Amino acid sequence: MQSSSKRTYYLIPYLAWMLLFVIAPIILVVYFSLFDLHGNFSFVNYQNFFTSVYLKLTLSSFWYALLITGFTLLIAYPTAYWLTKTKHKHLWLLLIIIPSWINLLLKTYAFIGIFGVFGPINAFLGMFGIDQQQILYTDFSFIFVSVYIFIPFMILPIFNSLDKMNPTLIDASRDLGASTWTTFTKVIFPLTINGVKSGIQAVFIPSLSLFMITRLIAGNKVITLGTAIEQQFLVTQNWGMGSTIAVFLILFMVIIMMLTGQKDKGVLLNGQNK
Amino acid sequence: MKDIVRATIAIVVICALLFYANFQLNETTGRAGNDTISVYNWGEYIDPELIAEFEEETGITVVYETFDSNEAMMTKIEQGGTSYDVAIPSEYAIEKMKENKLLIPIDHSKIPNLQNIDPYFLDLPFDPGNEYSIPYFWGTVGIAFNPALLEDNLTFESWEDLWDASLNQEVILVDGAREVMGVGLNTLGYSLNTNDEAQLYEATEKLKTLSPNIKAIIGDEIVETMRRGEAAVALVWSGQAADIMYVNEDIDFAVPIEGSNLWFDNMIIPKTAANVEGAHKFINFMLDPEIAARNADYVGYSTPNEKAIELMDPEVTGDERFYPTEEMRERLEVYQNLGVETLGLYNELFLEFKMDAQ
Repeated sequence: MQSSSKRTYYLIPYLAWMLLFVIAPIILVVYFSLFDLHGNFSFVNYQNFFTSVYLKLTLSSFWYALLITGFTLLIAYPTAYWLTKTKHKHLWLLLIIIPSWINLLLKTYAFIGIFGVFGPINAFLGMFGIDQQQILYTDFSFIFVSVYIFIPFMILPIFNSLDKMNPTLIDASRDLGASTWTTFTKVIFPLTINGVKSGIQAVFIPSLSLFMITRLIAGNKVITLGTAIEQQFLVTQNWGMGSTIAVFLILFMVIIMMLTGQKDKGVLLNGQNK
Repeated sequence: MKDIVRATIAIVVICALLFYANFQLNETTGRAGNDTISVYNWGEYIDPELIAEFEEETGITVVYETFDSNEAMMTKIEQGGTSYDVAIPSEYAIEKMKENKLLIPIDHSKIPNLQNIDPYFLDLPFDPGNEYSIPYFWGTVGIAFNPALLEDNLTFESWEDLWDASLNQEVILVDGAREVMGVGLNTLGYSLNTNDEAQLYEATEKLKTLSPNIKAIIGDEIVETMRRGEAAVALVWSGQAADIMYVNEDIDFAVPIEGSNLWFDNMIIPKTAANVEGAHKFINFMLDPEIAARNADYVGYSTPNEKAIELMDPEVTGDERFYPTEEMRERLEVYQNLGVETLGLYNELFLEFKMDAQ
């Protein structure tokens, strides 16, 4: 009895935190979304959201977020895999994580110089007689920089699940005659799927609402839900519409979390917990 | 884990000590006193040396902060929180702030230097009698271009030149809804302050045909991009053009004949002010002919200060691209406060245009 009341006591800071910084803001966002420009209660913002401009915006946000997540996964999975095979794996991991300590804006500004018409990449291409290319303000530069920024967040969970996996399972699979590819698709990948799912959550959701990179690197030719929210709040001062877009963004996030939800099985049952 | 905790504690302790030392030092030089003013200004819009001089002359400490749009500035002042003493918005923002009762009237007896201002810039429709605002700089919106990078002999005397087929992926626009929508409206011969929806839709359709020529829609980064010669053409405020030309002399600036925007930025005292006395001193200081001349030299925008112009290089102040004659100003239009509804439409259409610009 005493221990259970003690447990409730420990819960208080957590509950207070959730209430103040998670639940209250969400309620406020929903509340603001129900008012039009003149402060009257209405659903006009929700009607507005279902016009072609915002639907197109949502689609393009999802498309770019999908591309970014796809490329990040494509690079992060093999990297995490090789990391677990190296001798000083934690040192290598640290080296990959360190760049994520640097401010995002600083890194973004650096890319403006690197991708510039007179930047090092064009100078390098020039050595092979390739004409100056416009790299900045293209879809390519936008996706490249976003992938670069998100890679550590994808590598980390995948590395953890790969690292926890029992290596004897691979030997067993090989002994039983499975090819390298079959071993990967039937043993390694299913056992690390939870890491991949957390990685996707950590990348897909933030890329839906990227906004500084869209201006600095993509020259506002890529517009995401984040850009639209920023504009509604700071320029138009239509807080209702800004909140409405935010409500939909929250809804999308919930859906994504549900789709990539984790069921606690696999790693702990099959692998040895070190 | 223990190491991390120790390291964190060490850093916190060192910061606290440094903070204390800094406070002590300020105390002894008499700087951390109550006499402080907060100035809220656009980025790159003052000669920083002048702030230091003002501090030395008056003993008032200046806390300086910047914003990048009138709307962001208004939102912050409306929220309260920080007690800004002086801010420098544009005319339509002043109209709106007046409407929302966010301003404190200015006591003209405390601003003797007001007599240095060209009467043309006083008593304008957005603030009759300059009850709430004092002119700081003025300028236009136009096109900065690099003739060395142009294939055709474009002069940008007309907005239509932006649509020239040789400019594929070469045009940079400033990230402002009214400026960009203004290009569409001006090209079609409509008013920059229109609230006629049909005209606005037509302007958006016109702008969409510009999409193939658009390289980017960005903010202050335009200046660097143009300086380095990475783009041939940019829609900019006149002072940005002056900034660009200061470094890269190849570049020229034109205000198209169909008309454009004429704007005035003015010093105001927001309702949040904590040191109204200090704010008046600051405004008066900035109007001093010598100070205003140096500021104009540094910032590159056009000064409304007659006495300052006398002190400046006649080559600069005689340049009609930056100091258009009164006759030329006739073609230009000052933004009016359109109200939230119409402004919302401008922004929605601007967003639509941006999405089309891919």
